[in-house]
Amino acid sequence: MNVDAIVVGGGIHGCSTALHLCLAGLKPVLIEKDYAGRHASGVNAGGVRQLARHIPEIPLSIRSMGIWEKINDLLDDDCSFESYGQVLVAENEEELAVCRARVAELNALGFTHEELIDAAELRCLVPAVAETCPGGVVSRRDGAANPAQTTTAFRRKAQQLGAIVREGVAASHIRYSNGLWHVDAGMETFAAPVLVNAAGAWAGKIAADLGEPVPVETVAPMLMITSRVPHFIDPVVILRGRKLSFKQFKNGTVLIGGGHLATPYQDRNETVLDWKSLATSAQTVFELFPVMRSATIVRAWAGIEAKMKDDIPVFGPSSRHKGLYHQFGFSLHGFQLGPGAGAVMAELIVNGGTQTRISDLGIDRFHPSAF
Amino acid sequence: MSVAPKREDYDVVVIGAGPAGLAATATSAEAGLTTLLLDENIGPGGQVFRAISSTPVTDRNQLGADYWVGADLVQALRASNAEVIHRATVWSLDRNLDIAVSTGGASAFVKAKRVILATGALERPFPIPGWTLPGVMTAGAAQTMLKSSGLVPDGRTVIAGQGPLLWLLAAQILRLGGRIDRILDTTERRNYFAALPHAFAFLTSPYFTKGLVMMREVKAKVQVVSGVTELSASGEGQLASVSYVAGGKRETIPADLLLLHQGVVPNVNLAMAAGIEHRWDDLQLCWSPVLDAGGNSSVAGIAVAGDGAGIGGANAAVVRGRIAARAAVEALAPAAAAKLATMAALRSDLAKAERGRPFLDTLFRPASQFRIPSDDTIVCRCEEVTAKDVLDSVAIGATGPNQLKAYRRTGMGPCQGRLCGLTVTELMAQARGKTPQEIGYYRLRAPVKPITLAELAAVPKTEDDVKAVVRG
Repeated sequence: MNVDAIVVGGGIHGCSTALHLCLAGLKPVLIEKDYAGRHASGVNAGGVRQLARHIPEIPLSIRSMGIWEKINDLLDDDCSFESYGQVLVAENEEELAVCRARVAELNALGFTHEELIDAAELRCLVPAVAETCPGGVVSRRDGAANPAQTTTAFRRKAQQLGAIVREGVAASHIRYSNGLWHVDAGMETFAAPVLVNAAGAWAGKIAADLGEPVPVETVAPMLMITSRVPHFIDPVVILRGRKLSFKQFKNGTVLIGGGHLATPYQDRNETVLDWKSLATSAQTVFELFPVMRSATIVRAWAGIEAKMKDDIPVFGPSSRHKGLYHQFGFSLHGFQLGPGAGAVMAELIVNGGTQTRISDLGIDRFHPSAF
Repeated sequence: MSVAPKREDYDVVVIGAGPAGLAATATSAEAGLTTLLLDENIGPGGQVFRAISSTPVTDRNQLGADYWVGADLVQALRASNAEVIHRATVWSLDRNLDIAVSTGGASAFVKAKRVILATGALERPFPIPGWTLPGVMTAGAAQTMLKSSGLVPDGRTVIAGQGPLLWLLAAQILRLGGRIDRILDTTERRNYFAALPHAFAFLTSPYFTKGLVMMREVKAKVQVVSGVTELSASGEGQLASVSYVAGGKRETIPADLLLLHQGVVPNVNLAMAAGIEHRWDDLQLCWSPVLDAGGNSSVAGIAVAGDGAGIGGANAAVVRGRIAARAAVEALAPAAAAKLATMAALRSDLAKAERGRPFLDTLFRPASQFRIPSDDTIVCRCEEVTAKDVLDSVAIGATGPNQLKAYRRTGMGPCQGRLCGLTVTELMAQARGKTPQEIGYYRLRAPVKPITLAELAAVPKTEDDVKAVVRG
């Protein structure tokens, strides 16, 4: 079947790109080997964060934030998005000095979304935080959303607007001939001038098979969720010096993350948790938030995702093949970027360029362009 | 009895001290393997032999001869060198055979060369209108109180449902002087015909005479209504009445207590969280682990025995426990296996113990209206999601229990779907015209039982983590 674009991968990125291609009048097919949001996109911490991002991806993050704030208009689904800010906590003066330098650097580049806060303001934003913390950084427009709901909503809207969605079949036998990309999905074959590689942890292999290997590994960051506890905190909290992030939802449950890793078994869609590392997270929460001590952990899990060696995504056109675009390797912070990345990817495909600065994210940072 | 495990590594760790776990542990330890038995209850016995070494009910006739069989199993366990820890909640098991267990408010990690899961059965959900009202409870919960404390109902009591346990409980309540106003039998009439081909095996099985005697004993004292096709509980914040339809006629009776039961299903929570492959059993209407003849699962080193491997009853559970233990001994200490009963003898014991089971499974196969709720009947108690909510989500694209979480919080509350899983799978399967196997089940994950943050925080850290914190 001939379509306008083939998107491989039904994470938030693939779904968002499919949706934005539909909005631009194209007819894409989305091919997902499991179901949309099965892996990292559906089971991440749901952080909608501009805070503490690598500088090369800040423009994309800001672009995305604008879409998040009107997500209901785009998707007819609020995605449970709420915006109480995200706060980076410095636990001592040395950490606060790093925060100060960071904010100054961003301001010099013209970015103003991160603000340095002192101990008083920190206590005001996060009353439960330990007395000894001298301050931190806040990004006030940030927040959190429900990742499974969000990714599903993108998939559903894309489908409503005409995208063909194939779930439960893997994209295979990817090849280029006569000016078209051909991809098999189960019994079907799709052909299109455009191919988007948004296959998450499975994208590195697709890129390598097409002659563009990149330094990427598969990781599985762990999360855990508690039973309901009385409301005590609004913003998402991240610690500057320790691996911990922390979010209380409206229903009182608290999500504890921070990047400790499980062992992924990618071929089996499985992860094996490392409880001793999760215990470290529990210990940190125990120290900082006494209110949490008697909460029970009801579930722990890990999503499977791609992490680049340099921790920034591969985003933009291939450096070797016409019509091929990469959108993967978001390295544990791709969820917030999803809406904006889909919009920018559609601009690249439809217009051949974008106003959003993404030049440092290209795959050509690993391969000199063949064009 | 120790509190924390004495070692970090064992040849065999058995989880659950019901019939299968007791037999497996004794067999494994007698063969000289270092064996640890972890059990959640305060004493051995599991559900069927609950409180076997502590029950205040001493008149042997009241609980029945089958109950006291458990005492011999406990004796064999105590005669062995096995290490036994009660009040031990295993909350994680993975494919590396790493086990996390909570004892006395602290967690410990042990590793096994072989794990035998003997996690038994859970009562099948019975989601009728009003089933979440105070005053409605499961027959199993009532039996727990009866065995461990000798407590029986004294208010207006209705028992509804079907299956051997229902009759056993009714008999036990009556023997202990409890009150039962009416029994509402939901067995479908057509099941009697469907079960006929299996009747001969059943007639020659030990279940038959015992079952008949027990039913006769109950029917002599309590009004039994058979062929009940509809059932609901109602009341304002507390059960007040039970309404039912039998033979096309509706009747409503006042009640203080409604005990519900429609059979048991394998407790697969830990097995699924460990990554063991399961299949839908169309006769027993539940998930069962895929096992070989030695009870070995799809995860190397983990076997499943007892009702957790598919409902077979206590006698079969004992034999399956011995088979799984023998398989472990054959793998770890082949020379010691010579002392044990041969696999052939055990298989023959198992065939004998399982005789009559297809008859029971067919006769007591619960009717769809009592498994698959409709309208405003609650499906997920934790998050108060109704059948209609689930169907609405299916209509806009939810394809299975895991996908449903993107629409509703079904299965995301404190029980993590352990109570509503079967209902959700069957409800979605019916709505989508698919088989439960195609629809699938919640992905279950550790902790299989909730643990407190404080307890997890107290777990010893890895060296790397200690260094990371020191580095800051």
